[in-house]
Amino acid sequence: MKEELFVSGRDIPNIDPYLHIWHWQIPLYLYLGGLAAGILFFATYYVIKGKEKQMQTTVKWATIIAPIALVIGLGALFWDLKHKLYFWQLYTTIRFTSPMSWGAWTLMLITPMSIVWVASYMKEMIPGWDWKFGFLNKFEVWIIKNRVPFAWIMMILAVILGVYTGILLSAFNARPLWNTSILGPLFLTSGLSTGLAAIMWMSKDEHERKTLNRIDLILILVELFLIIHLFMGFMAGSAVKTEAASLFLGGEFTVSFWVFVIILGLAFPATLEALELRGFHVPAWLPPFLILFGGLVFRFVMVEAGQITRFLY
Amino acid sequence: MRYAMAIDTKKCVGCGDCVVACQTENNVPHGYCRDWIVENVSGSYPSVQIELRSERCNHCDNAPCVRCCPTGASHIVEGGIVLVTHDECIGCGACIESCPYDARYPHPEGYVDKCTFCKHRVDKGQNPACVDVCPTHCLHFGDLDDPNSDVSKALKNRKWKVLAPEAGTEPQLYFLT
Ligand code: SF4
Ligand code: SF4
Repeated sequence: MKEELFVSGRDIPNIDPYLHIWHWQIPLYLYLGGLAAGILFFATYYVIKGKEKQMQTTVKWATIIAPIALVIGLGALFWDLKHKLYFWQLYTTIRFTSPMSWGAWTLMLITPMSIVWVASYMKEMIPGWDWKFGFLNKFEVWIIKNRVPFAWIMMILAVILGVYTGILLSAFNARPLWNTSILGPLFLTSGLSTGLAAIMWMSKDEHERKTLNRIDLILILVELFLIIHLFMGFMAGSAVKTEAASLFLGGEFTVSFWVFVIILGLAFPATLEALELRGFHVPAWLPPFLILFGGLVFRFVMVEAGQITRFLY
Repeated sequence: MRYAMAIDTKKCVGCGDCVVACQTENNVPHGYCRDWIVENVSGSYPSVQIELRSERCNHCDNAPCVRCCPTGASHIVEGGIVLVTHDECIGCGACIESCPYDARYPHPEGYVDKCTFCKHRVDKGQNPACVDVCPTHCLHFGDLDDPNSDVSKALKNRKWKVLAPEAGTEPQLYFLT
């Protein structure tokens, strides 16, 4: 038998008996960050490839979601800060060892850029749109002229943002569930897939939907492959890692993870997408809805479960 | 200079004086603590072993809490003491997540708080409050680089361990076993 208890009666709110410092705000923030990263990645990708005409929703309409998601995400992050009046301290320095720091800077860049992106398509989306001020019109002309380099920068930032949503967690050695380098690519893939789902939901163009559908199917397969890898790593790891995995293999997160994330969030929509590609009729909203929902549950499960895993006590 | 603490698990009786001394000395808000006592019971009856440990921040040499702090509020000062500058802390909680010892807590005022090795006392040449108040003298504090310091002497002829060395933080609380 081995038992450890606090004889001095330590019972600090949100620390004991299990760490619960990050509530719903952080998983929501990670989710919206990944979603925006996915949307912006594909928008910029198709502009760089010169496929603007074929991928209208991807390049224009869907990108409206990105700044909204980013602003809500930042709002959630701000909500979660416990010393709110000092939040500006985040932007007095940049610290590369701290994902929270370079992530905050990435958001600081990509959020206004995504707004500029949407604004630069305003005239195409809403005929008759007028910026009223001369300098805005000049700026618009300049952006439209430099759209490709602009897209390159934003695409790189989108990838950084997507990876960051995973690295924010994986950098914590103290939480064995998070401390795996697969989390970066896994969260990036999941973010790209949720981004695609949002675009597919909005798109009315058959050709565009098919193209995105195909990419999404591949992304989901990559995601499942990474998740298998994640568990293989845990099972072959030290005691704290196998303990972390056991939360999902019979532990309290088994149902939420396997049913909502893996089956309903990945496997089922992937099957539907594959059927759709083969010509079966599938309600257009269903796969995107499931993917978006599964992605959200995934972030919540990972953040909650990770805080339970530990080295001591 | 490298400040550290040695904790004699054979002498500690788990009275909790160090906890109360710290709360008083540092005005720790009600319901919180910067140090605490763990009772570890292992084995099966009748051959059970009890180990009592007075724990606190390990003032790690390779401190993840400092590395992950986005603002630099968490920092290391001379002697290896890990501190938090209150008005640089945004209360993001990253450092709390990063500490394998759960040694930090969010102060009700918003910033993150933890053991400071009583730097205000140490600067004056005194011991941390917990060390001085311990009735069994089981806490030893001092400079590891000084062979005559209390902590160096305590570590010299005894076996010791650190907690969760596999977390890689190079903790500086040494538990005499
Ligand atoms: S014990 Fe925790 S709070 Fe203290 S220095 Fe180590 S990681 Fe940081
Ligand atoms: S809570 Fe404060 S001390 Fe901790 S990482 Fe965030 S800013 Fe730094």
